[in-house]
Amino acid sequence: MAVEITVKGEVMTALLSGEIDHHSAAGMREKIDSAIDSNMPSLLVLDFGGVSFMDSSGIGLVMGRYRTLQKLGANLHITGASPQIEKVMKLAGMNRLATIN
Amino acid sequence: MKIVNKFNMSLYARSANEGFARSCISAFASQLDPTLEELNDIKTAVSEAVTNCIVHAYKEKLGKIYITAEIIEGGILRIKIRDTGCGIENIELALTPLYTTVGGERAGLGFAVMQSFMDSIKVSSKVGKGTTVTMKKKISPRITVNG
Ligand SMILES: Nc1ncnc2c1ncn2[C@@H]1O[C@H](COP(=O)(O)OP(=O)(O)OP(=O)(O)O)[C@@H](O)[C@H]1O
Ligand SMILES: [Mg+2]
Repeated sequence: MAVEITVKGEVMTALLSGEIDHHSAAGMREKIDSAIDSNMPSLLVLDFGGVSFMDSSGIGLVMGRYRTLQKLGANLHITGASPQIEKVMKLAGMNRLATIN
Repeated sequence: MKIVNKFNMSLYARSANEGFARSCISAFASQLDPTLEELNDIKTAVSEAVTNCIVHAYKEKLGKIYITAEIIEGGILRIKIRDTGCGIENIELALTPLYTTVGGERAGLGFAVMQSFMDSIKVSSKVGKGTTVTMKKKISPRITVNG
């Protein structure tokens, strides 16, 4: 489980890797939230490029960040999702909350 | 319904075991030569059921999770995931998508994932006694060039 943060202007990217489940989600959440706090981005890009597995705990993770960003008036963009991750996201209707590619 | 192969395991309801449990079932299911998508469906469903035992069933004590996986004649995988925790009062409500008794970061989609990624799911539960989730998925044989 790893989160790598990069900031370019108002865009903050969180590159996630490993497996996202209930065991790993809490640690990822803390890292992303503290980076949001200190950078106040207008766009958060969640890059799933390094994630090999995700269950509904990942949906909770994305939805929680979405709510935080909404309060800040910021947007969410999801990228790098494998077919397995995309399937879970589609079931959750994530495509209605964020742009996914 | 003839059981061709079977494996049992029990493990502590610790979150560190979530990955271990889905890897075990996935390795067992590989005998049926599933596609990558089928294997991922199974892994995701198992992860949901096991996580539910850890998050919901045992609130105060460190309980155990009992897992049985069977291969049934005709290429059917049957997985039973059981806990002896608090049980579910209203199963129908629990199965409703987005329903969760834990606020905050849970989406309430675990059962919805199990229902949509497996062919069938059955939940039996008794308050104070525990919960058993039984899931089935048929793995269609693939045509191979070399037989
Ligand atoms: N093994 C269990 N023991 C006791 N209660 C359970 C068990 N499994 C599920 N439940 C109850 O059913 C509800 C719905 O479960 P479901 O997995 O669909 O959502 P969740 O676990 O709350 O959220 P998510 O799975 O999206 O993280 C839970 O909130 C919980 O109240
Ligand atoms: Mg759940």
